Amino acid sequence: MAFVPLVSGGFTPLTVFDRWRRRFLAGVQDPQLRRSAFVMIGIAAGLAPLMAGAAHAALPKAVNDGADTLLMLIGSALVLLMTPGLAFFYGGFTRSKNVLNTMMMSFFLMGLIGVLWVVIGYSLAFDSGFKSPFIGGLGAMWMNGVGGEFGDAPLADGFNLSASSFALFQGMFAIITPALISGAIVERVSFKAWFWFCLIWSLLIYSPMAKMVWGGGFLGPFGSIGAIDFAGGTVVHIASGVAALVAAAIIGERSTWPNSKRPPHNVPFILLGAGLLWFGWFGFNGASMFAAKTAGYPFLTTTTSASAGLLAWCLIEWFKDGKPTAVGAATGAVAGLVGITPGAGFVYIPQSILIGALTALACFIAVQIKAAIKFDDSLDTFMVHGVGGTVGALLTGILAAKSLVSADYFPLSAKIMEEGGNAGLFIAQFKAVLFTYGFVGLGTALILWFLKLFMPLRVNENDEERGLDFVAHGEEAYDPMTN
Amino acid sequence: MITALVRPSKVDAVKTALVALDIVGMTVSDVRGFGRQKGQVERYRGNEFTVDFLLKSKILVVVDDAKVETAIQAITEAARTGEIGDGKIFVNSVETAIRIRTGDRGDSAL
Repeated sequence: MAFVPLVSGGFTPLTVFDRWRRRFLAGVQDPQLRRSAFVMIGIAAGLAPLMAGAAHAALPKAVNDGADTLLMLIGSALVLLMTPGLAFFYGGFTRSKNVLNTMMMSFFLMGLIGVLWVVIGYSLAFDSGFKSPFIGGLGAMWMNGVGGEFGDAPLADGFNLSASSFALFQGMFAIITPALISGAIVERVSFKAWFWFCLIWSLLIYSPMAKMVWGGGFLGPFGSIGAIDFAGGTVVHIASGVAALVAAAIIGERSTWPNSKRPPHNVPFILLGAGLLWFGWFGFNGASMFAAKTAGYPFLTTTTSASAGLLAWCLIEWFKDGKPTAVGAATGAVAGLVGITPGAGFVYIPQSILIGALTALACFIAVQIKAAIKFDDSLDTFMVHGVGGTVGALLTGILAAKSLVSADYFPLSAKIMEEGGNAGLFIAQFKAVLFTYGFVGLGTALILWFLKLFMPLRVNENDEERGLDFVAHGEEAYDPMTN
Repeated sequence: MITALVRPSKVDAVKTALVALDIVGMTVSDVRGFGRQKGQVERYRGNEFTVDFLLKSKILVVVDDAKVETAIQAITEAARTGEIGDGKIFVNSVETAIRIRTGDRGDSAL
């Protein structure tokens, strides 16, 4: 199928929707029909209801396909579970006096971002009202116009998922991304500052990143860079990792660090959390295929990469230190999952195993370097998500299979591969990674400096010593006097 | 009163040995400490942590004077592995003992 230029300038449709479009419009060759499909996407995002009538006439009515919508709903539930899973993963690493605070930094966001996403976050990411390649619009606030009265209408003709299931699925990603950041700054950050940071960061950094990569914006296959990101290597993992690095640098190290380091207080929590993350990642990557029939493929690459990551990390430890560790197994699996996220639908199975193993190796080295330079990214958020996301995004450029990067859905990326091969795509991926580092890094720093004008970012030293479970929440996780 | 600090894995063996001597009743608590064994080195994500205080079990038994030596011998035999870290036994005298339910005092309260 020849590539038909469908859009021009910065105003582009939602690339994620475009994957669904492929399935529905596979046989539709007429450029006029395709153009109409894109117009419909704009409508779906609440852009211009007036255009609906005109475009509607040109397309066959879309069907809300039960199986595809169900995939999105299952995917949403799976991705939601990753946040409490992450809370256990992080909670296990901290000291027992800070475990509830650490878990709340993730769990609480299911409330805060859950509401924020519906009110405005979704609109800023996936509406097109501002006609900008960097940010969405305000047309879909309060889910206004998303999928009709019951949200069951497809987003546009040509897409057979319910609009509500898509908005819900994306909301789960918005929740876990700031939750990931918390790992770098646990055990000293003030919960009030964390509340405001997450609220502002989600609107000013996350939603624009989602727009730029998935919403047809600047970085994606319909923008100027042409990078591909299957399920959030850039938007979720690099963004949270870089924000974590900057936040840890600005907020500073724990007062007792590194002189009285403590080992993880509950390693079984870490394994439980890593297990829940892996389980949820089937939704994160698998459901990002947006089509039930073909979702098995990213399900498969997701788990092969995680397995390879787990195995690689344990083997490295076994050779280096003589023993494979439980914490290493959990960390390696997560590294493998992070690594495959940007390429889950773009690489073959052997490559997915290679990505998992190489990402685990890179994260292992990063963790050693962090320990050597004594930088207090407390739970290695940047070392696993930032480094893992970066390695995954770059490896996707090197290892993506041309046949899996379709010109219909990823026009610019496919063109880049046609002309420059994997080296060309690697350069596009590199540019997107570099841009993300700059945008998220600078944005996060500005938000924190701004917040610092109004409130202390961290608790005082006495409170830090007392433990944040009691100081921030008035609770204790393991009180011996509760029987 | 015999206070024995032993490996947690040896508590059951000590209890069995004492019950065999007809010494009934003991209090066990989890404690941490170090002696000649020092701490142990643990590794997480390739980073080493030295754990200075190791978990031990503290066994408290009050026996009548005639049984002290046999009790010490039983505990020693049951708790010994021969490696560093087997623990210690301390013996004090007890002024009196009272059974709360009946108010009995002295040896009959044991």
